[in-house]
Amino acid sequence: MMLQFFCLQGVFMLLLTLSAHPMGAWLAPLAAGRVSGRWQRVDAMLLRMAGIRDEGMGWRQYALAVLVFNLLGALLLYALQRLQGLLPLNPQGMGAVEVGSAFNTAISFVTNTNWQGYAGESTMSYLTQMVGLAVQNFLSAATGIAVAFALMRGFTRRESADLGNFWADVLRVSVYVLLPLSIVLALVLVQQGVLQNLSGYTTYTTLAGHAQTLAMGPVASQEAIKMLGTNGGGFFNANSAHPFENPTELTNLLQMLAIFLIPAGLTHAFGRLAGDRRQGWAIYIAMSVIFIACAVAVMAAESQGNPLLTALGIDGGSGNWEGKEVRFGMAASSLFITVTTAASCGAVNAMHDSLTALGGMVPMWLMQLGEVVFGGVGSGLYGMLIFAVLAVFVAGLMVGRTPEYLGKKIEAFDMKMVALVILTTPALVLLGTAASVLLAPGLAGLANPGMHGFSEVLYAFSSAANNNGSAFAGLSANTPFYNAMLGIAMWLGRFAIIVPVLAMAGNLAAKKTLATTNGSMPTHGGLFISLLVGSVLLVGALTYLPALALGPVAEHLMIWAH
Amino acid sequence: MGALSEKIMTEKKISLPLFDPALLKPALLDSVRKLALREQLKNPVMFVVYLGSVLCSVLWVMALQGQGDAPAWLTGSIAVWLWFTVLFANFAEALAEGRSKAQAASLKGLKKATIAKKLAAPHRYGAGFTLVDASDLRKGDVVLVQHGELIPCDGEVIEGIASVDESAITGESAPVIRESGGDFSSVTGGTRVLSDWIVVCATVNPGETFIDRMIAMVEGAKRRKTPNEVALTILLLALTLVFLLVTVTLLPFSVYSVNSAGSGTVISLPVLLALLVCLIPTTIGGLLSAIGVAGMSRLMAANVIATSGRAVEAAGDVDVLLLDKTGTITFGNRQASAFIAAAGHTPVQLAEAAWLASLADDTPEGKSIVVLAQRLTRSPAVLHEGEQSGHNTLHALQQGLTPAGVSFVPFTAQSRMSGINLGSRQIRKGAADAIRRHIQQQGGSFSTVLQQQVDDIASRGSTPLVVAEGAEVLGVVELKDVVKPGIKERFAQLRQMGIKTVMVTGDNRLTAAAIAAEAGVDDFLAEATPENKLALIRDYQKRGQLVAMTGDGTNDAPALAQADVAVAMNSGTQAAREAANMVDLDSSPTKLIQVVEIGKQMLMTRGALTTFSLANDVAKYFAIIPAAFASTYPQLALLNVMGLTSPASALLSAVIFNALIIVVLIPLALKGVRYRALGAEALLRRNLLVYGLGGLLLPFAGIKLIDMLLAVLGLV
Repeated sequence: MMLQFFCLQGVFMLLLTLSAHPMGAWLAPLAAGRVSGRWQRVDAMLLRMAGIRDEGMGWRQYALAVLVFNLLGALLLYALQRLQGLLPLNPQGMGAVEVGSAFNTAISFVTNTNWQGYAGESTMSYLTQMVGLAVQNFLSAATGIAVAFALMRGFTRRESADLGNFWADVLRVSVYVLLPLSIVLALVLVQQGVLQNLSGYTTYTTLAGHAQTLAMGPVASQEAIKMLGTNGGGFFNANSAHPFENPTELTNLLQMLAIFLIPAGLTHAFGRLAGDRRQGWAIYIAMSVIFIACAVAVMAAESQGNPLLTALGIDGGSGNWEGKEVRFGMAASSLFITVTTAASCGAVNAMHDSLTALGGMVPMWLMQLGEVVFGGVGSGLYGMLIFAVLAVFVAGLMVGRTPEYLGKKIEAFDMKMVALVILTTPALVLLGTAASVLLAPGLAGLANPGMHGFSEVLYAFSSAANNNGSAFAGLSANTPFYNAMLGIAMWLGRFAIIVPVLAMAGNLAAKKTLATTNGSMPTHGGLFISLLVGSVLLVGALTYLPALALGPVAEHLMIWAH
Repeated sequence: MGALSEKIMTEKKISLPLFDPALLKPALLDSVRKLALREQLKNPVMFVVYLGSVLCSVLWVMALQGQGDAPAWLTGSIAVWLWFTVLFANFAEALAEGRSKAQAASLKGLKKATIAKKLAAPHRYGAGFTLVDASDLRKGDVVLVQHGELIPCDGEVIEGIASVDESAITGESAPVIRESGGDFSSVTGGTRVLSDWIVVCATVNPGETFIDRMIAMVEGAKRRKTPNEVALTILLLALTLVFLLVTVTLLPFSVYSVNSAGSGTVISLPVLLALLVCLIPTTIGGLLSAIGVAGMSRLMAANVIATSGRAVEAAGDVDVLLLDKTGTITFGNRQASAFIAAAGHTPVQLAEAAWLASLADDTPEGKSIVVLAQRLTRSPAVLHEGEQSGHNTLHALQQGLTPAGVSFVPFTAQSRMSGINLGSRQIRKGAADAIRRHIQQQGGSFSTVLQQQVDDIASRGSTPLVVAEGAEVLGVVELKDVVKPGIKERFAQLRQMGIKTVMVTGDNRLTAAAIAAEAGVDDFLAEATPENKLALIRDYQKRGQLVAMTGDGTNDAPALAQADVAVAMNSGTQAAREAANMVDLDSSPTKLIQVVEIGKQMLMTRGALTTFSLANDVAKYFAIIPAAFASTYPQLALLNVMGLTSPASALLSAVIFNALIIVVLIPLALKGVRYRALGAEALLRRNLLVYGLGGLLLPFAGIKLIDMLLAVLGLV
């Protein structure tokens, strides 16, 4: 089984590495804020049609645009859910979504989290799915990428106040990158058997003679951007475990690749923009190292299974099959689990709540690391660059110089912004979890008592605050309490990070770029990569070790102590 | 303290042993004094520990009354060790400050009550003066200082010339010449006029003098956090808040766990406090200010005074060093390399005269002439055979004696010549224009051929020294620049550190290129003028490089002001010293390199201790987490990888380790991480290995050791 897994992982990494390169070349000019030669006229026309004047923005202006744009998006999505009963394209006649759920879902899709407290096929009309959720899938992804572009510009521009134009960035990313990729992927998915229709649900009689309803809908078009934009919000409740969303082993592989494609491409675009591709490779390799190690850990934990069940002769020592699609098997499930939580996608092809204690801890921890291992589109890169700044700061001091990254001195203001970023998500996760396990409405949602129940809550807040969106499904989160708490966690986890990131970008862009000498710390070699990996892991471990000890670690030790 | 200051005064370098017993007692007292709330607020990390100690003490009192949630002895022990943690950090800072104060005390010796002779109008030599106290002198007052008197204030010589003993601040015993006009016109208060007189115009008000500023800097009274220190403090504060969140939320987590497991007890407040203090970066937090003070102190020990800590830090960042050729790359004192005889004289005659004129010349130039002359003529004594008396005289001179009829003429600031009177023979050597004046007075003439030779030598980058006997010129001695041995290796090291060296010289391109190649500098600026020096600095800065330079003249001031790190020679003018951000008391041109190293060392020490402090936390988790939750989830005992005796001993060991490690690291904080001239990558690898990996592993051993000790002593 491990051999099968390693082969799959090897193929996956090979395909990813091969595709990340052209993806980087595709994204780099956009990151620099321009389009290549012959597209310039088309671009000018497009911007004119959208009423956008491509003028540079300072960081405050850029941040304001991000906030206004997303706030409007959230309000619109909320209104659409509440009014869907009155609107067309609703063959099943779905009524208004409940207030708490609509609030939570609106924030969830705008923040690229796609936490789903509802079941798609029994809650959302086709119009809401297409005009509301799918559109936000595009726009939230474009927002993340735009912010990453702004940070890249911060590192590479010299003594400039200009971070580029948010509106132009969102438009270009959507039209030149997300749309074409989504169209191609959607067509391939349709070919493989993913649904794409606007029909009403079909009822038929099964072989056993029971009546069964099959949910229909425009699935493929939403499925493509769900992966490419690391959104993860499933059309159906079962998400990518549903055969109409993810029918074959090939679609499974393509979906995993689609999740990592843009985050990986962005690292290379970063290297190109920095004028030193090795800088991009270093980030890419650091991400890959953590990803591969975590995937192996999940696979190892899952194939070990549960010794208590093994002792009873139930699983025959074949590992933990609970909650896994037999169609995909243990290897493809383990890899998918790691991919979807390393990136802030949150699509699932297996039930995370059914993972072994350690197998469930790894995805949880990947989210707690801040979704920087490839991470969300854009957000993964800017999150990782924050860690790079942190690593460079401490290590830079150790080489006896004022720390610098890509020739930019890291000074007090930058550290303030880094501090805000590394403080925000732990605060949301830990305080949210603490409130939930203390208060009655929080405790009411737990499906399992004890350590596993604790893990469910911790997982939910880790997922929300880091904008992942996957869940330990055992938690009944569609309650006013969780809808509100997780909604707030998602909003702050997204924008309380984006604003300091943009502030740092603005501050960096205004600085001089220092010449690199033999005395400056190299940020492309193996040493830097290990330093970056070390910083991410150390901060993640120190922040979450006590909480994890009371959840999955205690559970694991209990099971294996018998 | 008295004995100590005396000892410092007698040493040239103002340096101290690490734990001087005379300093320990006041430092211990200070560490208690620093428990004042106002002092603690300055350091956010240690302030959290401080609050923790107060809270824990309150809990202890409550526990003694039977209201505690943990045993009273455990709460008490934790409280005591938390207080020790605060005290140890205070002690580190107090000790660093104490060492600085001791250095400052030696400077204060210069501020003896001095009586000044304040001149009345027209402020010229000969005007009447009143005796006033030096501390009453204001900027613009004019004073007369005569031989044997202390100069009462920092100022500018406006009239007269004198030799001044500045050894009190420079440690250099040879007196220096100070005269009005030119680059040697500034004087420092507290130095002593040895000969002649000068009229000095005070340039600063009392309390702002150079020495006052030095004392304030060194004592740390004016110490502000440097930019890097501020950035690091922000990071430490953020980490402290993260750990505060971690520990605060652990209480509800524990309540939930106990409720759902139905066993064990909720984690107690003293245990949470212990965990918090162990996790927050107390090691670096406690030593941070000591590192800063010690950095300034080390600079002081190298006889450099910085006007701000910012400048020291910037020194670590320098990419380009502009180095004056003379004194830095070559010996400022040039060495005789050739005798070029004037028409009608032989080189041997010239050599003999030069030898005689240099016998009493103790300068390196003079000695080098003697050496070269002896090599050229084997024994000058045999030259004048037949002149028995002359022979004897020469023989005596060779023995280092001064026979009758012989008198030496020393170099003076006015004549700018030196030489010997040997019976009727009057031999002089000196700069071309001085000798020209001399022989013209004697009725001789200075031929154009000779002038040509002098110019030739100068254009080669060498210095011509003309030798004359009576009214006749014998020839010219060429004094050549000699590149200092070892300087090439030094530059190679700097190159490896990523620092570029640029030689600055007034020489023409050809000469400069030859010396630059010999010395192995990366680049050179020939025919340097203040303007092109300034342009060069701006050029480097535009390319994103930080430039350091040394200077002394008034015309260096613009370049010094432009440079990122500017070291002025103490012997330099007031203008140069004002423009610079450091002053080198030794006026040594190579000091710049040392300053860069001290700057780097200070940053490295901070980085290393931060890394160490963070890496420590891993082991502390393994000690405290199983201990804290053993009653709720007994299976977590498996995480007790150190095999600590009991939950209580695990807790105490971690807290004790956390406090003691501060004391253990005080020497490192004060002395600084050892600096090596390596490239950034090699340096980082080394420091990561020592302080990162070391910081990860050491506490496992340390905590285990303390646990075993506690168990053996039967304390837990």
